[in-house]
Amino acid sequence: MEKRNSRIGLVLFGIYLVLYGGFVLLNAFSPETMEKTPMAGVNLAILYGFGLIIAALVLALLYGWLCKSDDSEVTERGVDE
Amino acid sequence: MIYEATFEATAVFAVFVAITLALSFYLGSRAKSSKGYFTAHGEIPWFVNGIAFAGDYLSAASFLGICGMIAFYGYDGFLYSIGYLAGWVVALFVIAEPLKRLGKFTFADALDAKFNSRGIKLAAGISTLAVSIFYLIPQMVGAGVLIQPLLGLEHWHGVVIVGTVVIIIVVSAGMVSTTWVQFLKGSLLVIFSAVLTLMILARGFETSPGGGDRHVFASVGPVGGRLIPTENVKQYENSGDWPEMPVVRLEDPATNSKSVWHVELADIQQLPAFYESTVLPLEGNWRNKPFVRIQNNATGAITVWSIAGRQGDALMIHEAQYRTITSEGKELVNGVLKGDEKGEPELYPVGTVTRLPDGKDKTGPLGPLEFFRTLQNSEVMLWGSTTISDSAGESTVYFQKPTPGSHVLRPGEHPRFAGIRKKEPVEKLNFLSLMLALFCGTASLPHILIRYYTVKDAQSARKSTIVGIGSIGFFYILTLYLGLGAMTSGSMDVTNSNMAAPLLAKSMNEWLFAIISAIAFTTVLGTVSGLILASAGAVTHDLIQSVLKIELNDQQQVRVAKIASVVVGAVAILLGILFQDLNVSYLVGWAFSVAASANLPALVTILFWKGVTRQGVVAGITVGMTSSLAWILLSADTFTKVYGLSADSAIVPFSQPGIVTIPLGFVTLIVVSLLTRKP
Repeated sequence: MEKRNSRIGLVLFGIYLVLYGGFVLLNAFSPETMEKTPMAGVNLAILYGFGLIIAALVLALLYGWLCKSDDSEVTERGVDE
Repeated sequence: MIYEATFEATAVFAVFVAITLALSFYLGSRAKSSKGYFTAHGEIPWFVNGIAFAGDYLSAASFLGICGMIAFYGYDGFLYSIGYLAGWVVALFVIAEPLKRLGKFTFADALDAKFNSRGIKLAAGISTLAVSIFYLIPQMVGAGVLIQPLLGLEHWHGVVIVGTVVIIIVVSAGMVSTTWVQFLKGSLLVIFSAVLTLMILARGFETSPGGGDRHVFASVGPVGGRLIPTENVKQYENSGDWPEMPVVRLEDPATNSKSVWHVELADIQQLPAFYESTVLPLEGNWRNKPFVRIQNNATGAITVWSIAGRQGDALMIHEAQYRTITSEGKELVNGVLKGDEKGEPELYPVGTVTRLPDGKDKTGPLGPLEFFRTLQNSEVMLWGSTTISDSAGESTVYFQKPTPGSHVLRPGEHPRFAGIRKKEPVEKLNFLSLMLALFCGTASLPHILIRYYTVKDAQSARKSTIVGIGSIGFFYILTLYLGLGAMTSGSMDVTNSNMAAPLLAKSMNEWLFAIISAIAFTTVLGTVSGLILASAGAVTHDLIQSVLKIELNDQQQVRVAKIASVVVGAVAILLGILFQDLNVSYLVGWAFSVAASANLPALVTILFWKGVTRQGVVAGITVGMTSSLAWILLSADTFTKVYGLSADSAIVPFSQPGIVTIPLGFVTLIVVSLLTRKP
């Protein structure tokens, strides 16, 4: 079960790495794109930045939720203490 | 600027700090009497633990440094917020769970369990010491920043006070910054930042020709410029023999072409505003600059003005400010001796909106997205600075830079990040390097992951991390509002970006200012004492007992730890004073680089690679740590801000080491491991 958790962790990490990497590379190699205002008159730099912060929270929630079904580990830890 | 203490600020501050300290001592002594540090924390509810994550992580440096950088340069400071939060994702998904599976709490524990070698203990002990000290620098600089406007003291006084108080606390009692105190600080910091943000939105924007002290910065003109032909520019550049008049470089944004102009002194003298004054010829290092020096005939005081404009338009002369440290060590502001009390000569506060959309002069309350939309279509007055030395001493000129809101909200306005707007890929490395270090740094900081283990089971640990990420993320979103609010608050000190958040609060309300400063200050105290204890522990356990094999009884151990605390504290005070001119967030970026270069390779390979050897770990830590430290000490930023040398004499090509030294650490570790692998 712990294997499964760490696999979930690595998959979610991969997703975030792509999002973060995209942000950094876009900033570095195409800063003009970041100046565009695609939504509500707010530029992409701010939207993407806020998006990354929200994505971190969503992925963390997802991680907590996916690992939650994992009862065996909880009882195992419970016995320890 | 001149800072004066007010009674209410001092009172609120004193009460707040006293309560936190008392609470820390009380809870700290209770934690000691129970079964031990970690079991005591086993009873902490996950939600409290999650907010305590925020209390631990949101050091004064994040708060002060990020807000300051946003207030002075716009969006670029927010890149730090994004990077710091991203680091959490790495820590949670990649490092925390596997490390827990090893049954170990920290990096040093994990290393120890696997190898139990003196060499590794030495390397890990030194790297803990190096990272802690580097992390201490921004905290100390931040402490000085908080004390200055609050109690009206000099920056170095603040650093010395904090250092001394913490050393006394650590030596006499040993303060364990408990979960409950961190919970309290974390929630107060987030709540009051949210209050401040709501006040910023309620205030909206208002155009103003000057800062909060009602000083109106004059603009005079227009004045005609004369184009200097390209061959003459080349000639001047080669000989260094520029004419004794202002030289302005203009850019045509449409064609991206640049041209160099000069302005005749006689043309400036003819302007009605300067009838009573004399326009001085520019000598020495003042040549080849867009400045003009004007002497008041009555008082003899010299003011500095900057000349700016757009290609094709007439040039305008804007009032600048300057501060001179004379060769005798006196401080002059705008050509006169700086005063000691309010009302006497000082630099004027700055930070205004100069134009709002649709020609309005006031917006009224704004929504959270409307705030950005309005700023996007406005113009704000930022301030640039240049240092010029002449026979009178060294002067720093602060000049107005009218900047479109759309530029403030885009990346790449900060001089250190301006490289991303250049074509050469090499210019972008500083930015990439920083973002990599922030991403990898959190998981490598020795004191951050510990809290993951302080709740009763794995599920609570995950839940509290989620609460932590939520509250830290929420706070980081607020930093953008706080920074931009500070930028337009009319209360910024041109000489110091770290001061932005406290001064913003002060422009709103004296009480709020006192409360926010007190929260930030207690955070500094907690972080500093924690770091000093960690370093003292590294010295006593890792270096003296394990490496030198000196047996110490309990009493001797305590004595050695106390001596180590005093030494580390003294070093931190000294470095805090030396590095005071650097933005604290920038300094934290360096601490992250050192942590990531030294510790991440060892941490990741121990968790995920069976082939790792003892020699490999020692080599990886040593090379990662020394290379990143050396890189920082040889960088342009340290050269200019600490040694006082010119940026051109710096040895490394860019200031942030991460992109070179993190891979270097990994490569060293892997190569040495492969070479020393047993068949």
